[in-house]
Amino acid sequence: MLITCPYCGPRDVSEFAYQGDGNRTRPDPSSTDSEAWHAYVYERPNPAGAHNEIWLHAGGCRAHLAVVRDTLTHEIASVRFAREHGAAPHGRRKPGAKA
Amino acid sequence: MSPRRTPSGGRIDRLRTIRFTFDGTAYTGHQGDTLASALLANGVSLFARSFKYHRPRGVLTAGIDEPNALVTVLRGEVREPNLPATMVEIYDGLVAVSQNRFPSLAYDVSAINQLGGRFLSAGFYYKTFMGPVVGPLKGTRFWMMCEHVIRRAAGLGRAGREPDTARYEKMNAFCDVLVVGSGPAGLAAAREAVASGRRVILAELDALFGGSTNWSGEAIDGEPASAWAGDIIGELKGHKNVRLLKRTTVWGYYDGNTVAALERVSDHKASAAKGAPRHRNWTIRAGKIVLATGAFERPLVFPGNDRPGVMMASAAQRYANQYGVLPGDKIAVFANNDSAYRTAAALNKAGATIAAIVDVRPDISEDCRTLARQCGAELLVGHAVVGTEGGKKLTGIKIAPFTAAAGALPGGGRNIEADCLLMSGGWSPTIHLASQAGARPVWDADLQAFLPPEAGKGWVGAGAFNGVFSTAEAIAEGFAAGRVAADLPAIEIGTLPQIEPAALDPRPAPVFEIRAKGKSFVDFQHDVTSDDVRLAHLEGFVSVEHLKRYTTLGMATDQGKGSNVPGLAIMAEAVGKPIPEVGTTRFRPPFAPVSVGALAGERYGDLKPERLTPMHDWHLENDATMYSAGLWFRPMIYGDPGETVEQAYVREAGTTRETAGIVDVSTLGKIAVQGPDAAEFLDRVYTNIFSTLPVGKARYGLMLREDGIAFDDGTTWRLGVNDFLMTTTTANAGKVMQHLEYFLDVVWPDLKVHLTSVTDQWAGAAIGGPKAREILASCVTGTKVDNEALPFMGIVHGEIAGAPVMICRLSFSGEMAFEVYSGAGHGIHVWEALIEAGKPQGMVPYGLEALGTMRIEKGHVTGAEIDGRTTARDLHLGWMLSKKKPFIGSAMMDREGLIASDRLELVGLISLDNRPLSGGAHIVMEADPENPHGSLGHITAACFSPALGKYIALALVSGGKALHGKRAQVSDPLRNRFGPVEIVSNHFFDPEGKRMHG
Repeated sequence: MLITCPYCGPRDVSEFAYQGDGNRTRPDPSSTDSEAWHAYVYERPNPAGAHNEIWLHAGGCRAHLAVVRDTLTHEIASVRFAREHGAAPHGRRKPGAKA
Repeated sequence: MSPRRTPSGGRIDRLRTIRFTFDGTAYTGHQGDTLASALLANGVSLFARSFKYHRPRGVLTAGIDEPNALVTVLRGEVREPNLPATMVEIYDGLVAVSQNRFPSLAYDVSAINQLGGRFLSAGFYYKTFMGPVVGPLKGTRFWMMCEHVIRRAAGLGRAGREPDTARYEKMNAFCDVLVVGSGPAGLAAAREAVASGRRVILAELDALFGGSTNWSGEAIDGEPASAWAGDIIGELKGHKNVRLLKRTTVWGYYDGNTVAALERVSDHKASAAKGAPRHRNWTIRAGKIVLATGAFERPLVFPGNDRPGVMMASAAQRYANQYGVLPGDKIAVFANNDSAYRTAAALNKAGATIAAIVDVRPDISEDCRTLARQCGAELLVGHAVVGTEGGKKLTGIKIAPFTAAAGALPGGGRNIEADCLLMSGGWSPTIHLASQAGARPVWDADLQAFLPPEAGKGWVGAGAFNGVFSTAEAIAEGFAAGRVAADLPAIEIGTLPQIEPAALDPRPAPVFEIRAKGKSFVDFQHDVTSDDVRLAHLEGFVSVEHLKRYTTLGMATDQGKGSNVPGLAIMAEAVGKPIPEVGTTRFRPPFAPVSVGALAGERYGDLKPERLTPMHDWHLENDATMYSAGLWFRPMIYGDPGETVEQAYVREAGTTRETAGIVDVSTLGKIAVQGPDAAEFLDRVYTNIFSTLPVGKARYGLMLREDGIAFDDGTTWRLGVNDFLMTTTTANAGKVMQHLEYFLDVVWPDLKVHLTSVTDQWAGAAIGGPKAREILASCVTGTKVDNEALPFMGIVHGEIAGAPVMICRLSFSGEMAFEVYSGAGHGIHVWEALIEAGKPQGMVPYGLEALGTMRIEKGHVTGAEIDGRTTARDLHLGWMLSKKKPFIGSAMMDREGLIASDRLELVGLISLDNRPLSGGAHIVMEADPENPHGSLGHITAACFSPALGKYIALALVSGGKALHGKRAQVSDPLRNRFGPVEIVSNHFFDPEGKRMHG
């Protein structure tokens, strides 16, 4: 399996570490919706086919990548930086807000 | 001259004689021989004993599909079992021995198993190994005892006990076109792909390139087929874009058109060439793959089809034409198709007498009749072989009239004398790699074979692999496949090469089995008979996958290369369904056995890196006993001569509390957290608040996981407004880094924070004890270290012995203590200066045991308590859970189960019988050594406390604080340690912290 890292180019899977399901959405940090938190922490789909995943280029640039991988064929449909595309919409601060 | 060697011919070097032994007997052969061909040439017919029944077995095939003739090759004390003799190339000094026999191959006592045949049928283990329901050997226990005996009696070769001394390596390769198989189709494909400038790899599992051209006896455009192949190989060798790999088995087809191939580099030599490995495992990434893997001839299933002397027809042709060996003098042929007639002609030409050709078909073509007549064979159409005679060697066959349409034996029959019987049950294309790639095979009723479907995305097939059995068409297909693989437009090949003699009809009669009395083997290697297959059906196994597992058909080292289709056919008949409806199993890697050494390559032994602190050499010079803590090596104790470990750490910890001690803390994980949002980021990842921390101060922090369980702890120092130095526990440094990176990159990409692992950049020394400040003051310049300049949790910068240092006043030992950080390059320099400065006060260096002792006395937690199950509250760290902000874990830490009153809580224990306690021991109210039960929790860390003069421990106990002051018992049945303890607070020593605040 090759993952084409946007920084480093096509690299062998042995350089990467799987960092979990890329579908999950982190609830708003102050949310007390236990269902939502439970779903985020524990529930994972197990599709036969295209799957959104987060991979860390651990042996390379250490960027987290949002990868769409086919679980049946290992075919990789797309690789993008997680920081640009993979982040959950909730739980972010507005860009530029002060600490 | 060997008894069965032809006077001339073959692809062997008759001028080179090679000497080897088999079961201690010396033989000779020629360069180019396999062990099988050389032994056959010497008149050996008995090669092995079968797996279950210990039946005598000869050699069935001439290649990688061999199920019978498995041998062990010895190289000194190193044994390599289960090698097909057909794949072992002989070399001077080769020592091979037979397997699964005692005391010898010819006289094997376990051959008595043949009499118990019914007893050992399919499912023997499942049916038999059901034990009595009562008594000491209840359930399967009795049979587990028997299993040892049975396992020894049934089996393959014995693995060696000596370490393998051979070297193995791995290689990566890339190509535009990988051609698997170098027969006519593969060669044509490779030539076409190379001509267009593509990078090509050609892999051939045999020692000779050319596939069937080495033994078909055909002429291609007027020249011998082997010469035609030789020309192409010569042409390919001249190309710089080509890599030719012989003795290389492509064994796995993986995603992304990546294949694994095993190259047997040195197995054919007495010793490996200088620098050469024994095996090389290739990982080849190919743009396109041409599968030209040929086909395997199938055995026919009839009683006694496993007797030594019964052989595949194509194998005999190969022995005669490639090796110049006749497998018999008087040969009979049994076939359901035309191809065996060519074999009969070839063997007759090589000098053998063809006694008879027995064909199940009622009628055959005129071409076949002519061939039979030309080789002087008695032709018996509409007949079948119903039995074989002879003991360890074939002496004759029984034949009878046979009606193919009904599969019936109407009666009659006679015996024919023969010392060799060749069988041909049709051909099965070698579709294993395509199957691994996900292709679903398609049944072809004409060819009675599973064919690959339309070419896959990454591969294209050619030749016999596609069920195309004529050499001319195979070359045309190879040509076309080469063009497809090279991404060239399809064109006509022009004129097809002229092949002599012309191809015969490839379609076999749909006959797989002759049902007559006696054991008829389907899977030779696992001793599975046709009756076993029917038995499986009778017992309700209808899926092929279940059939395979129940009978073990196709599960031996040959993976059913010959037995798969006959087995299915018999199952289909029993079920009463056509073969395609019964289906076939999917092939999985490896295609052929792969040495584990080749998979490991150079990666063996302890692969973990060893991490050493800058002060490592000093520790060794000062008599430290080192031990590994994760990847790090750290001093356990600095023992004086004659001291026990306990005496040493008690002395070290005692001296530290009395005067001063110093410990190397360079191994702590250190992460620079920098950027305008660094404080905000820390507020989110720690349970407590860091944005309020003033510059020049440190704070103890706790992290949780998302699920609310405690994750890691450590101090974080604010070096500047946007500049923090986070420390983590030694063991979790990598995990914490990855955790932080994940949140920063994936969850909060808008935070402007940069993380840098600086664990190796800083050396750390912690100096503690009543005299610590005095010692520090005597050697630090550029800063004061008194209470005003350096309050508790304060940070100052200065110099020690000219080296810049950063000092933080924090304490793990509970004493007045300081952590002195310097650049790693100055580490040993600063350490030695501190040691020197401490000498007048009697300061000692202390190791992890003393460190652990002092932290237990203080009740601090480490990885033993933050064990992935405990919460902050369990560890009495609830005060660190900020209510002013959300943080990682805050949403889930208050779940019902995590705040239940019966959770295990951190407590202290004091041994009341003055005997040591140990980690892992359980805490109970009443000890019951006979029937240990009622655990309230367990000990996490224990020591002798010099400060208290007692054996103490930390423990996680249900009820926790509520039990302070209560008596309980330790229950440690493994170490037979029982006795009373008192449950107390985990803060044993100086609970108010007067000593460290000074």
